[in-house]
Amino acid sequence: MYWGIWLLLIVMTVVTAFIANVDLGRFNTVVALVIATFKASVVVLFFMHVKYTSEKLTKVVIISAIFFLVILLSLSMADYGTRLMH
Amino acid sequence: MEQQKHAASLGMWLFLATELMFFGGMFCAYLIYRYSYPVEFGVGSRTLNLPLGAANTAVLICSSLTVALAIRAAQMAKRTLMVVLLLLTMVFGLTFLVIKGFEWAEKYEKHHIPGASFQLSAEDMKGVSVDPENMQDFQQRTQTFYSLYFAMTGLHALHMIIGVGLFLYLTYAGWKGQYGPGYYTPLENGGLYWHFVDIVWIYLFPLLYLIDRNLQK
Repeated sequence: MYWGIWLLLIVMTVVTAFIANVDLGRFNTVVALVIATFKASVVVLFFMHVKYTSEKLTKVVIISAIFFLVILLSLSMADYGTRLMH
Repeated sequence: MEQQKHAASLGMWLFLATELMFFGGMFCAYLIYRYSYPVEFGVGSRTLNLPLGAANTAVLICSSLTVALAIRAAQMAKRTLMVVLLLLTMVFGLTFLVIKGFEWAEKYEKHHIPGASFQLSAEDMKGVSVDPENMQDFQQRTQTFYSLYFAMTGLHALHMIIGVGLFLYLTYAGWKGQYGPGYYTPLENGGLYWHFVDIVWIYLFPLLYLIDRNLQK
């Protein structure tokens, strides 16, 4: 099963590299990050065994960490993104 | 032993949460500056070695596979296989660092290291037009991209070095017969650290190497 996950990750990496050469305008970054998030989720769930753990606390820690990172990134951009001067 | 295993695992996950915030700070800086200097970041990104960056991504994915397989080998009491896989993990890790070394050397030769010797060539500026009087400021802002590039890949590389060191210990202990179906907690937690460092790179690769790669002007 690990080999299947490995293959999936390699394929998604190749897709990421090649799709960067296609002009999608602003969506290039979105697509790249969506694929990256998919890859990261696969690593967390399968390689790090989170899909198979019975420990609720592990998932709480992961969700919390991501939540706080999102606060850092979104509130910072809410500041800089709403400034009129450049 | 089950409770101790869960406690150890929780400890590593909590540490990884702090690591996420540690790298997160630099991702935030990247986000703010990329938003502020989109053209400069595009120029900088296009000068990075995409084939080497992609190769390094594949190398780390392979290393995560070998770690996962090593833990499974421990669970199945296959000591030799486990040691071989742990050695392979370190080989992949070192390969990553060597490739990164080549990339950084290339940056040095092309005068892309921020500082007094920083210089963008005409080739670097291909596809982007900047008024001569703004060129100085443009180069200043592009240096921000490279500063973040070296800071983020440098911090990541430091984590790789620490990871290889950790796995040196795990390989030795594994070879000595300390890990098996009854006990492989240090392997599991070392693996968690290693996978985390892999995930950081999974995000670094598109954010650093793939900005405006399709530029057609």
